[in-house]
Amino acid sequence: MNARFRALLKSPWVFHLSTGSCNNCDIEILDCLTPRFDVERFGILLAGSIKHADVLLVTGSCNRQAVERLKRLYDQIPKPCFVVAVGECALSRGMFIDSYNCPVPLDHIVPVDVYIPGCPPKPEAILAGVVKLIRKAAEMKLPATGDGRGIEEVVAQ
Amino acid sequence: MSKTIVPIGPYHPLQEEPEFFTLTVEGEEVVDIDVRLGYNHRGIEKLSESRSFDQTVFLVERICGICSTSHPYACVRAVEDLFPMDVPERARYIRTIIAEGERIHSHLLWLGLAGHFLGYNTVYMWVWKLREEILDCMEILTGNRNNYAMFKPGGVRRDVRAEDIPTVLRKIDSIVPTLEMIKAAVLDDPVLQARLKGVGILSRQAAVEYSAVGPTARASGIGKDVRKDCAYGVYDRIDWNVVTGRNGDVWDKLVVRVLELFESIKIIRQCLEGLPSGEIDARIADYPAGEGIGHIEAPRGETFHYIRSDGTNRPVRHKVRAPTYMNLPTFKETVKGANLADATIILAAIDPCYCCTERMAVRTPEGRKLMGGYDLVRLSREKTERLRKELGA
Amino acid sequence: MSRTEERENVLNTLHRRFGAGIIEFADRSPRRVYLEIKPESVCEVADYLFHTLEARFNTASATDTPAAVEILYHFTLERFGLVISLRVELDRGAPAVDSLACCFPAAEWIEREIHELFGVDFRGHPDLRRLLLPEQWPEGVHPLRRDYQEWDSEAVRTRGV
Repeated sequence: MNARFRALLKSPWVFHLSTGSCNNCDIEILDCLTPRFDVERFGILLAGSIKHADVLLVTGSCNRQAVERLKRLYDQIPKPCFVVAVGECALSRGMFIDSYNCPVPLDHIVPVDVYIPGCPPKPEAILAGVVKLIRKAAEMKLPATGDGRGIEEVVAQ
Repeated sequence: MSKTIVPIGPYHPLQEEPEFFTLTVEGEEVVDIDVRLGYNHRGIEKLSESRSFDQTVFLVERICGICSTSHPYACVRAVEDLFPMDVPERARYIRTIIAEGERIHSHLLWLGLAGHFLGYNTVYMWVWKLREEILDCMEILTGNRNNYAMFKPGGVRRDVRAEDIPTVLRKIDSIVPTLEMIKAAVLDDPVLQARLKGVGILSRQAAVEYSAVGPTARASGIGKDVRKDCAYGVYDRIDWNVVTGRNGDVWDKLVVRVLELFESIKIIRQCLEGLPSGEIDARIADYPAGEGIGHIEAPRGETFHYIRSDGTNRPVRHKVRAPTYMNLPTFKETVKGANLADATIILAAIDPCYCCTERMAVRTPEGRKLMGGYDLVRLSREKTERLRKELGA
Repeated sequence: MSRTEERENVLNTLHRRFGAGIIEFADRSPRRVYLEIKPESVCEVADYLFHTLEARFNTASATDTPAAVEILYHFTLERFGLVISLRVELDRGAPAVDSLACCFPAAEWIEREIHELFGVDFRGHPDLRRLLLPEQWPEGVHPLRRDYQEWDSEAVRTRGV
């Protein structure tokens, strides 16, 4: 288990999912792939299919339409995996907390490992969050999904 | 010939926003399209009713991240329309600068994504790297890369420092040569022309019937731009041009956006150089009962806000209409009769912003999945490669 | 003829032609005109604005007021920089009005949206199905009405809706 875990962390492939967001977080995530921030140097790539993903990166305020699909995608992602919530909406629905179309926050639907706050978090913050995730997981401080949950807030600078 | 249904979306990995398009195809030709929305519906109009006027400006900023200035701008214009009032000169200039900065970053973003869909990943990386320079300028002026939080009813919330202006002007001057190079590379590329000319044509008549707005309408020859027709900010006082196309195909939409980039740079330069001194806030004391309409030209077209007030500090009704709402239905005209490999770029050509408006797959009628959205983008890129070989480019 | 005179002419013609159907004509400012019209006249006035005056259809905004469900149809006449808004008041119990989608396709989507968010029936609309609300949203529950209550027992609400 440990060896597989650490292999996973060397080059985590990320599946990005927006559950009803304004898109700012999604653009900042895509920005991480561009030359200035270049997240590929950490071996991080955007996975084309959920079956190839190690990390599920979720943005958005979980509106009703998204909840069903989110659950289905979470079931399909191979375990162990990590779930990272990016942006205020994914943390707690943010400004949309009393919206009629956003019934529950993300961590009531799927177990979340890392929270990256911000509206939107700057690419530096997203990178810092992801790097902290890798480091903490390597030190076995963050149990992976499916084996007993521990949720820790990673405050991105 | 049997019909096959092609759904695109809702969680297509290359599109950041979820939406669901269903294409019905006969062989390789698209015969019909339907769009399912609602994946981004967050009930903002209802939320606005429980926010004060100041708070609602922050709320509408988060309707869309790419055009995060156009909604606050239209919102404050609607509030200011409740009663006769004058926004101070300096505030108008600052608002115009922010609005044009947003236009530049939005068009660059689109250009990069269009390149990505067509298989020009170099264009994607270069253009997004250039976009970072503009975001730096916005950060110098407003304190943030996006979600600038600069607008408030009556003026702007923060001032622009005199010492920052030369820095910003220098940064803008530094990106112009690269922009010129990209413009030349993109507009002279024979493969791109072969790919995009005559593809996804939206006729002038159809654009009028659907009340299309923005570059989507201007590419079809409708020379309407809210900045000229219903001038706001300082657009009626500075020198700039509306860019119009002729044929309404994807090529014209591309050219209109690229040329608008240069117009925006012209506008920002004039505003920064001519920024007058003075107040930045009219300090509204009370919001009277009434109705107000604010409409402005966002990067994608006209953003329209309607606010009704009953004399308290909250809107009774706040109607938001984003430009993509009017442009999306034009898919019925542009994608019918098109080749499946062109579907993604035709859909991307209106620069859809689904979060403002509240995604592709191919299925047989029995329900078996033939290919996903990923494959459709691959089809698009393969077509580009084929054309490249044919033209010997 | 100056632009102001031309604008006067256009508005006067509008008033004369549809006088019977116009309840109130409010020329609020150079850029804003609000017309309250009888619901029966909405199709012909909208058609005149769209096809004869070549105004652009912006959108329609519905409001739930204590007296009625009100719909405002907004049109822009670019040559005067003018926004003309047509107001119709519909009965709160069973709001219904003729669809404008038959006049121009630009109205199709907004009427679908008003139908699901307010419960207004648009007579003659070619395709009045849901636009924004999800499939599992219950029928007959219209979120933008004043009397909307949270219906989902599993929703996490600390601040009300």
